[in-house]
Amino acid sequence: MISFSQVRKSYRGGHEALCELSFGIETGELVFITGRSGAGKSTLLKLIPAIERPTSGTVLVNGQNIGSMRRAAIPYLRRNLGLVFQDQKLLYDRSVFDNVMLPLAFTGHTHKDAARRARAALDKVGLLAREKANPITLSGGEQQRLCIARAVVNRPSILLADEPTASLDSASAAEVVEMFRSFNQVGVTVLIATHDEALVQRLNPRVLALSQGRLAR
Amino acid sequence: MSTWLRQHSQTLVLTLKRLARNPFATLLNIMVIGIALALPLGGYMLLQNLGRVAGQVTGHPQVSLFLARDADKTDIAALEARLKQIPGVRALRFISREQALEGLKQSGNLSDVITALQTNPLPDAFVLDTGAGAVELQQLEPQLKALPKVAHVQLDSAWVKRLESLLALGRMAVLILASLLACGLVAVAFNTIRLQILTQKDEIEVSKLIGATDSFIRRPFFHLGLILGAFGGMAALTIVYLCMQILNRRILELAQLYGSDFRLSFFGLPDCLALLAFAAILGWLGAYMSVSRHLYGIEPK
Repeated sequence: MISFSQVRKSYRGGHEALCELSFGIETGELVFITGRSGAGKSTLLKLIPAIERPTSGTVLVNGQNIGSMRRAAIPYLRRNLGLVFQDQKLLYDRSVFDNVMLPLAFTGHTHKDAARRARAALDKVGLLAREKANPITLSGGEQQRLCIARAVVNRPSILLADEPTASLDSASAAEVVEMFRSFNQVGVTVLIATHDEALVQRLNPRVLALSQGRLAR
Repeated sequence: MSTWLRQHSQTLVLTLKRLARNPFATLLNIMVIGIALALPLGGYMLLQNLGRVAGQVTGHPQVSLFLARDADKTDIAALEARLKQIPGVRALRFISREQALEGLKQSGNLSDVITALQTNPLPDAFVLDTGAGAVELQQLEPQLKALPKVAHVQLDSAWVKRLESLLALGRMAVLILASLLACGLVAVAFNTIRLQILTQKDEIEVSKLIGATDSFIRRPFFHLGLILGAFGGMAALTIVYLCMQILNRRILELAQLYGSDFRLSFFGLPDCLALLAFAAILGWLGAYMSVSRHLYGIEPK
C-alpha cells in the first residue's frame, strides 16, 4: 500500500531530513512513527500526500509514484487519504458541521448525501451534538476529534496523523488514539507520528523509529 | 453536467453570501467600478444623442444654387431641365428673388432694413435635395458650377464635415477614456480578489490538503470577478440614467426655447446587456490575473 525505497529528502540549504529510508506498509496496518523532533517524522508523512516530493528514491502510494506525479493528479491522490494535523487547520469562519462538509464539496455528492455523511463522521467522533458550534468554542481534544472527523468523512483508505496528541492531556490523548484504533479495526491503514513513547508502549503496535532521518530499529 | 451545474450554483450562492457578509466593502468596490465605467458610458450616451441630432439635420444634404443676376425666365427653365437630369438630385425647388425677399421680411429681425432697400439685392435660386453624402456632394459641386447662368454654389457639406469630424473626435476621446477605465476596472477586480485570496488563505490551504482541484479553488474567485464586474456595470448604468434624468429637465426647457422637443434618450436593452457582459468579462479578467498571480503561491507546508 505504501512503500519507501532508498528515499532521501533534503531541503534547500542542505538540511537532510530523510536519508536512504526504505520500508513498506501493508493494507490495514497500524504503524507508529517515533523519534525526537527533527528526526524526520513530519517529512515522512508529508511525502505520502505529495506535500513534499522526495529528492531521490521512490515513494509509492497505492501503486502511484509520488516523485513523478503530475500536479493535476495530486488532488485525486489526497482524496483517498485522511490527514490529521497537529495544529488541526480548522476553519473558524464556519460551524463544526461545515468544517466536516468541506471535503465533500468537490466530490460530487448531493447536499443531502453529503450532510448525512458529515453527521455520521461527527457521530463517530462524538461531536454530533456540537455540529452548530464554532470550532473555536471546542476544547483541544474536541478540536482534534473534529479534525479526525474531517479526515475520515470521505472514507479514505489511509489515515495519516502528525502528532495528533501533542497538545492534549493524557485522557484526551487516549481517546484520540482509541479512535484511530477503531478506524484501523475496520480496515483503514493508519500512520501516526508521535514522540509520546508511553502511548506507543501501551498499544504495542508496529513502530518505525526514526533517528536523524534513518530507521533506528 | 448536473454535478457541474450544482457545483457552480453552490459556488455562486457562497460567493454572494460572502459579499453580503461585508456589505460596506462590497458596496464600495461596486461603486468604484460603477463610477469608473459611468464616465465613458455617459460620454458615449451624449455622443449617441448628438449623432442622432446630427443625423436628422444632415440626413438630406442640400445644395443652394444662386443664379446670375441677368438670368431670365428662359434661362431658368433651361437650367431646371438640366438639373433634373443630373443623377443624385432628388428634388429641386425654385425660389425667386421676390420670394426670397418676402421670406427675409417675415423672418423678423431684418424687416426694417429690408423695407428700406430700394432694390432687391437677392438673386434667384434653386435649392436641391440630394441623396448624397458629404463626399459625393463634393464631386457634384464642379458639375453644378459649370452650368450656365450659375453664379454660386453653396454646399452645406462643409459644416456637415466639421460636425462629423467633431463627433469622430468625441468618439475617439470616449474610446481612449473607456480603455483607460477598463484597465482601471481590471485593476480594481485584481486587487479585490487578491485581498479575498489573502483572507481565505487558510481555507485554500486546507482545501488543497484535502484534495480540492485547482479549478475548484479558483472557481469562487472567478465568480467573484464576474459578479463585481456585472454589479459595477449595473451601477454605471444607474448612475448614467439618473444623471440623464437630471439633465433632461434642463434640456427640455432649453429645447422648448428652440421649438424642439429634443431630449436625451437612454441606451436600448441590447446596449445595456452588452455593457453588463463587457463589465463582467473585465471583472473576470482581473480575477483571472489575480488568481494566476496569487493562488499558486499558497501551498500547504
